[in-house]
Amino acid sequence: MSAAGTLLLEVDRVRMTYVVGGLIRRRGVRAVDDVSLRLEAGNPEILAIIGESGSGKTTLARMILNLATPTAGTIRFRGADVTQIRSNRQRMAFMREVQPIFQNPFEAFNPLKPIDHYLFFSARRFAGARARIDFEAKADKALHQVGLSLAEVKGRYPHELSGGQLQRIAIARALVSSPSLIVADEPVSMVDASLRMSIVNLFKALRDELGVSIVYITHDLATAYYISDRVLIMQRGKAVESGDARGVLDNPQHPYSILLKSAVLSPDDAGRPMSPADSAGRPSAHSTSNTE
Amino acid sequence: MSPAGPFSAAPERVLTVRDLRAYYRTKYFGISREVRAVDGISLHVDRNEIYGLAGESSCGKTTLIKTIVRAIRPPLDVVGGSVTFHFAGRDRDIHALNDSELESIRWRHLSYILQGSMNVLNPVRRVRQSFVDFAHRHIGKPMPEFLRHVESHLARVRLEPAALDAYPHELSGGMRQRVTIALATVCRPDFIVADEPTTALDVVVQKDVLGMLREVQQEIRSSMILVTHDIGVHANVTDRLGIMYAGRLAEEGRTVDVIRDPRHPYTSHLVTSLPRIGDVTQRRGLEGAPPNLAVPPTGCRFHPRCPLAMATCRAEPPPMVDVAPGHRVACWVTAPPDQPVTVQ
Repeated sequence: MSAAGTLLLEVDRVRMTYVVGGLIRRRGVRAVDDVSLRLEAGNPEILAIIGESGSGKTTLARMILNLATPTAGTIRFRGADVTQIRSNRQRMAFMREVQPIFQNPFEAFNPLKPIDHYLFFSARRFAGARARIDFEAKADKALHQVGLSLAEVKGRYPHELSGGQLQRIAIARALVSSPSLIVADEPVSMVDASLRMSIVNLFKALRDELGVSIVYITHDLATAYYISDRVLIMQRGKAVESGDARGVLDNPQHPYSILLKSAVLSPDDAGRPMSPADSAGRPSAHSTSNTE
Repeated sequence: MSPAGPFSAAPERVLTVRDLRAYYRTKYFGISREVRAVDGISLHVDRNEIYGLAGESSCGKTTLIKTIVRAIRPPLDVVGGSVTFHFAGRDRDIHALNDSELESIRWRHLSYILQGSMNVLNPVRRVRQSFVDFAHRHIGKPMPEFLRHVESHLARVRLEPAALDAYPHELSGGMRQRVTIALATVCRPDFIVADEPTTALDVVVQKDVLGMLREVQQEIRSSMILVTHDIGVHANVTDRLGIMYAGRLAEEGRTVDVIRDPRHPYTSHLVTSLPRIGDVTQRRGLEGAPPNLAVPPTGCRFHPRCPLAMATCRAEPPPMVDVAPGHRVACWVTAPPDQPVTVQ
C-alpha cells in the first residue's frame, strides 16, 4: 500500500470467472484473466482498453465500476479496496468519484421520462443539491461543459434528441458529481459518423480542462490512437500489450496487436482494393475459446 | 448462366435506377405524415462491379436497397421512378413483375444479405436445412448432388462441411456471417445486395469476411451493392461509391476519386474527420444534427450544416453535375451547373 496514496485506480491481477453449463459439463470461462493496470492521481489521462468482443473489456469496466466483483485480485480506488465497500455512504462516495458512460445512448435513458430528470436526480443524489435552484444550476453547469444548456434540453424526451446530443447529455450526467474517473464503454459506436468526432473531442476536453481521468473502451484502433495517452490491448481476457498509445500502435510487438492493426481498414487504402490473399490463411480470432 | 462479358469494351449495365422516390406514408387519427427516405435517386451498376453506398443512419440507405430488391411493406411506398435489372439478356422492371416472376428472379439472379445477417439464420434448423429451404428449388439438382454442390461452395468461404450439421448458435459470429454469404451466393446470382454485412463483427473477422465476399463476387462475376457507413470498408472493397445524405445522393464516383478528391462538403467532412493511425492532428465534428426527413430542409438538404452554404443553397436543391468523367456531385458551391446537367 506504499504507493497507493498517489494512485487513483489500481487494478491488481484481477480475474473474473463465469460458470457456464449446468450440473453436468460445468465449466468456467475466464472473461478477465490476470489483468493489472494503474492510473495515477493528479495526472489525468485517457487509457484506452482495446479488444474485440469477448476479450473481456466490458467485464473489466464493470469491475472497475464495482458493478461486478472480481473472482480474484483487487481493485483499489484511492487506496481503498472497492470490493470492501459495505455501507451506503461509502458506496455513494465511490459513485460520486467514478461515473459510467454507456455504449448506446438510445438505451441509456428511459424513453418515458424527460431527460432532465436524470440530471436532476444525479445532482440530488451525488452533488448534494437540495433545492430546485441548486440542482438546476448544477445540471446547467454540467451541460455547458458538453456544449449544451439546460434551456435546450429541459422537459424534452429522449426521442426528440439525436444520438450525438443524447451521448453529450449522458456525459453531462456523469459530470454532475464532478468525478475523477469516467469509465466509457464504446461511447461513440452508436453515434452518427458526422457527430462522432465532436464526442471524441469532448473526452479530450474533459481530460485537459476538467482533469478527469478516462478509461475509454473501444475496438477502434484509429480512435484510440487519436485520443488516448496509454493503451491496453486485451485478447481473450488477458492483457497482451500495454504502454504509450503512439508507441504501441505505431509499432505493436505482440502478434495479436499486429493482427489487430493489420485488420484496420483505412480510407487511405482507396484505389488498391484488398487482395484476396490478405485474408487467406489467417488464424481465426475465434478459433480457440477461453475455457479453463 | 450469365453472359459474362469480362473483356467486352462497353461495360454491361446490370442495374439502372431512375429518379427513384420511396416515401413512408402514415395516417393516424387524421394526421398524415410523409417521410421522404428516398427522394429522387438515379444510379447504375455494371456487371462485375461493387457499388458502395455510404451515409449516416437514417439517411435512407436501407430504404433505397429495400426498394431496389422490392422488399417493401407499408407504410413504405414507391412513389415514382423505376428500378430495372438486366438479367439473362432481358430488362426487367422489378416493380412491374408479378409474384411468380419475382420469385423466379429472387435468389437465382438477385440475392440479398440482410442487415444484422449473422442473426437471420433460423435458430431451430440446422444450417443444412436452411440451405435446402433457400436454394434447393432454385438450383434444381437432386438432393445428394445439391448437398455436394453446397459443400464445395462452403469451401470457398473456408467453412468445413461439418458446419452444415451445426445449429446457428454453435457457430461464431464470423462463421455465421460466412454461412449467410455462402447462402446468398450459392446460386451464383447476377446481383447481390449486401446491407451492412460486417457491422456487427470484430475488426479482424470483418477483414476476413470482406475479403471473402470480394473473392466470391469476383469468382462468380456478379455485381454487388454494398451498404455500410464505414468509409474504411468502402476504400478497401468497392469500385464506385455513392454518398447519401438525407434521402438524396450527394456525390458519386469511383471510390478512389470520391475519397481522395471529395467535392461535396459533406463527403469532405466524412473523409477528413476519420481518425487515422499515425496522425494526431485535431479532427472536427460537424455542427447540427441529421435532418428529420418528415420536414426536410428546403433547397440543399445539407445547407443548415454546411460551412459553404450560400443563398441559393437555401432556396433550391442542387442538380447532380459531372465534375469529372464518372464523378457526379450535387452542390451549388463546389459544382455549379454550368456544365451539362445529368438526369436527377
